[in-house]
Amino acid sequence: MKDPALIFLAAFLVNNIVLMRFLGLCPFFGVSNAVETATGMGMAVIFVMTLASWITWIVYHGILLPFDLVFLRTAVFILTIASLVQLVEMFLKKSYRTLYNALGIYLPLITTNCAILGVTFLTIDNKFNFLDSTIFSIGTGLGFMVVMITFAAIKERLDLAPINPSIKGYPISFIAAGLMALAFLGFSGLFGLT
Amino acid sequence: MKKSQIFTRGLIKENAVLVLMIGLCPALAVSGTVRDAFGMGLAATFVLFFSNIIISIMRKRIPNEVRIPIFILIISTFVTIIDYFMQAFQPNLYQALGVFVPLIVVNCMILGRAEAYASKNSVINSALDGLGVGLGFTLALTVMGAIREIFGNGTLLGMAIFGEGFKNAPVIFMILPPGAFLVIGVMKALINRYSK
Repeated sequence: MKDPALIFLAAFLVNNIVLMRFLGLCPFFGVSNAVETATGMGMAVIFVMTLASWITWIVYHGILLPFDLVFLRTAVFILTIASLVQLVEMFLKKSYRTLYNALGIYLPLITTNCAILGVTFLTIDNKFNFLDSTIFSIGTGLGFMVVMITFAAIKERLDLAPINPSIKGYPISFIAAGLMALAFLGFSGLFGLT
Repeated sequence: MKKSQIFTRGLIKENAVLVLMIGLCPALAVSGTVRDAFGMGLAATFVLFFSNIIISIMRKRIPNEVRIPIFILIISTFVTIIDYFMQAFQPNLYQALGVFVPLIVVNCMILGRAEAYASKNSVINSALDGLGVGLGFTLALTVMGAIREIFGNGTLLGMAIFGEGFKNAPVIFMILPPGAFLVIGVMKALINRYSK
């Protein structure tokens, strides 16, 4: 799979990070109560995911591989991402106040978001080059945002629906997410992607 | 609190997946078959047990300001150990679990126990707590794996349990991603219904 457009589509729809790969479920269920917060969280994820995949790609191919330190991958990646998020937060706070006000509160939540770390592992496992891993992480982040916003819209309606109390909250959210995943299964096989 | 209570609390009453709703990503992703679910549960239990012990031993020496990075480093050490162990001795299982083995490091259940329990309690209690929470996680995953494997594939641990007819038309979506959401949704609804 070399075509960048196919890499993008596969990451965006066919292997959607939330519904097909089950990564980033905590923010998916936790921060999806309103469309605005879902949008903010989605933007923050796209931003950090792309930055993280650049930095970890450089660290992996520039330091870990040449010095034969691949076994340190897990520890190095999580620490890199944690410090990256901290750095981005400080930088935005100082230089881009409006962007910070929009994304700021979501940034600390992202450090332990398995979607970010998962994407950096996947780019390494798929042996992507630098450009491909950029496209892959942007596609994945967009997929996260679209599903998140759609789900937030569904949840806003669910809050008003008269539902049996024992199904209210998490159970109905899971079932709604399951129906969304069922719909997304329809994308598999698109352009021969699996 | 009695020692046995520390152990059983994490196992049933405060079950990470089904009651507290944390550690959902691996729970939904690898519960397609009993073997994968059980393997994932044991791997997470191993990490939780040993990281709880080490953090508890070092709890008086870890400076408060940098405790979270230190916890993460200790956890990732054990994740790397189990990662390479599975690669060497259980290659099929490792292949099936894929990226979720290194991702044990960001499982909020493990960091949560380190922060909320192991950094404040004695070694024995932390070890029991880690074992209880870890086995509770394993239990939840195995039950989900059993339900999904029986309906989705007609097998349990790879052995056929329904007749020939089921083989041709199993409820295939149960082992696909939507089935995971549906199973945990119905399980949570039943727990809500019968726990009050």
